[in-house]
Amino acid sequence: MTLTISGLTVSIGGAEILRGVDLEVGAGRVHGLAGESGSGKTVTGLAVLGLLPHGSRTAGRIELEGRDLLAMPAKRLNAVRGAEIAMVFQDPATSLHPMVTVGVQLTEHMRHHLGVGRKEARDRAVGLLAKVRIPSPGTAVDRYPHQFSGGMRQRIAIAVALACEPKVLIADEPTTALDVTVQAGILRLLRGLCDDLGLAVLLVTHDLGVMSAVADEVSVMKDGLVVETGPRGQVLTEPRHAYTRVLLESLPGDGPKLPQEER
Amino acid sequence: MSPTSAPSNEPGPGTAAQGATTAPAPPGRTGRGPRGSRRPLARFLARRVAVALLLAVAITLVTFVLTNLVPGDPVSANLGQQALGDPAIVAQWRADHGLDRPLPEQYLLHLEGLLHGDLGMSQQSHRPVRDDLAEFVPATLELAGTAILISLVLGVAFGVIAALRRDRLSDHVLRIASLIGISVPTFWLALVAFYVFFFRLQITPGSGRIDPGMSPPPQVTGLYTVDSALSGQWDVFASAVGHLLAPALVLALYTIGLLTRFTRSAVLEVLGQDYVRAARAKGLPGRVVLFRYVLRPALVPIITVAGLAFGSLLSGTVLVEAVFAWPGVGQYAYKSATTLDLPAVMGVGLVVGLVYLVINLVVDVLYGVVDPRVRVS
Ligand SMILES: Nc1ncnc2c1ncn2[C@@H]1O[C@H](COP(=O)(O)OP(=O)(O)OP(=O)(O)O)[C@@H](O)[C@H]1O
Ligand SMILES: [Mg+2]
Repeated sequence: MTLTISGLTVSIGGAEILRGVDLEVGAGRVHGLAGESGSGKTVTGLAVLGLLPHGSRTAGRIELEGRDLLAMPAKRLNAVRGAEIAMVFQDPATSLHPMVTVGVQLTEHMRHHLGVGRKEARDRAVGLLAKVRIPSPGTAVDRYPHQFSGGMRQRIAIAVALACEPKVLIADEPTTALDVTVQAGILRLLRGLCDDLGLAVLLVTHDLGVMSAVADEVSVMKDGLVVETGPRGQVLTEPRHAYTRVLLESLPGDGPKLPQEER
Repeated sequence: MSPTSAPSNEPGPGTAAQGATTAPAPPGRTGRGPRGSRRPLARFLARRVAVALLLAVAITLVTFVLTNLVPGDPVSANLGQQALGDPAIVAQWRADHGLDRPLPEQYLLHLEGLLHGDLGMSQQSHRPVRDDLAEFVPATLELAGTAILISLVLGVAFGVIAALRRDRLSDHVLRIASLIGISVPTFWLALVAFYVFFFRLQITPGSGRIDPGMSPPPQVTGLYTVDSALSGQWDVFASAVGHLLAPALVLALYTIGLLTRFTRSAVLEVLGQDYVRAARAKGLPGRVVLFRYVLRPALVPIITVAGLAFGSLLSGTVLVEAVFAWPGVGQYAYKSATTLDLPAVMGVGLVVGLVYLVINLVVDVLYGVVDPRVRVS
């Protein structure tokens, strides 16, 4: 399933944040979205799910299988959220409810969207935890987020996102808050899920190293616009836009150091 | 896919998880089934109750010591002029009330009495203090309990509404109203309310717990509303509720204002949390997001404030009882303190101490119920 964003403009409280964003994420593809802080990457992701703050105005189209999400009534959009499009946030320390067990957080939307019974939901939750390689998933479901490390929590957040078998996953800097060794594991996991499940992944990241390790396509944003987009090899090796070159030059000398044997 | 290469990266996060989380418990504990997560609650509760019992003993000691530190001679406060002139009568009176023994012995006697439910005789009413308290404590509990219930329901509801409608008219109105509720002194409000609603408008019944012509319902709990309902005397019930509302509202106003403000800021704080946004991104129904993701975390600071506020609400009962002629502990405490009726003062001190203890226990337990991290850690 393809997610197509065209001419997306967003203004929040009168300030124009996005000024006509075009992006396309295909099934089984990882689309990397880079750009400096404040360029509108997160706002783009939130706009797709209709989670922009109150007082935001949007225009343009966000299409999922021919349906325009921007034109959808709130109720139907809520049925798309979590079920067809899921999101993983930057900081796993804060994006899971600290007072609710992992099992509940994995199953509550499953039961709501898919009408799955309590027991079956629990079994599925255990399976999901195994899929994201949480050790002893059978007991992990009854534990609380603070009982896991940051990397494990992000894996749990990914499992939560995958629970209803969505077609599109928006991952907003899913590894920024984690240390480098953990990052690689998370990225590999995302890449693998994308390949196995045919998931369309929009991977927001500051890090061109991350990008070159897992992305199929790369887009670069600046000031609310996509200034460059194309296949990874092309954008990262022969950037056409001056800004992309600046981003590339700001990489540390030894360049992207993530394992690439995956692909 | 890399099922084989991934584990090579795992030791880092894997060990971090174990270290960070189950640090106090041996690693084997992590392998518990669903029931494993229930047990900590029971252990947590048991620990809290044990602490509360110890504190209860401490309270008996404190009330005893404080009462004996009070300057003033209970003998001269209780015997007439003529009797005071006769040393034999004075000595007899002191012996009757155990006042001739050393203090530690007096305390042990006092404790022993407590265990048998014996709080001594009130020198004022010439009745067992226990009977006095049994008469006055339920009146105060009914009043304060109703005020607490009202302030919890209204305070939290107003706070949530204000937070969800932030910066709109209803928010502004509630914020100003809550500020007024906090600023107005309770005794002044009590007088004004009594004057306006009873003397002027005559929409509330007057003083006391029920209409003068009625006789109280048969005592079961001592709470007139409950007892009258239990015995099916609905006219008494209506009268009791009518008499209760005005003083309870007056008493509750400060706490309502306080809880409204704290609930508002607690809810606003939680609304900005990532996990609330994450819950919306999961497409959960609005009420699940509100109750599970917003209200539950917000309850933690609310419980703290509520516990403290109920302490001040209790001290407010003395004034409210005086204005509304509510025959409660406040009035009894005032009378016994001014006449140096030591057994009565001790009894009241004990009851008040125990009530505070129970409030604290409830607060502690609620923490553990609302936030599992409190008991898991
Ligand atoms: N809730 C909001 N209210 C007002 N302005 C906002 C809000 N959220 C974001 N913005 C503005 O939108 C712009 C884009 O923000 P956004 O978070 O999308 O940037 P980003 O590309 O994700 O940056 P970063 O890499 O730091 O995460 C910024 O100028 C920011 O100030
Ligand atoms: Mg961002």
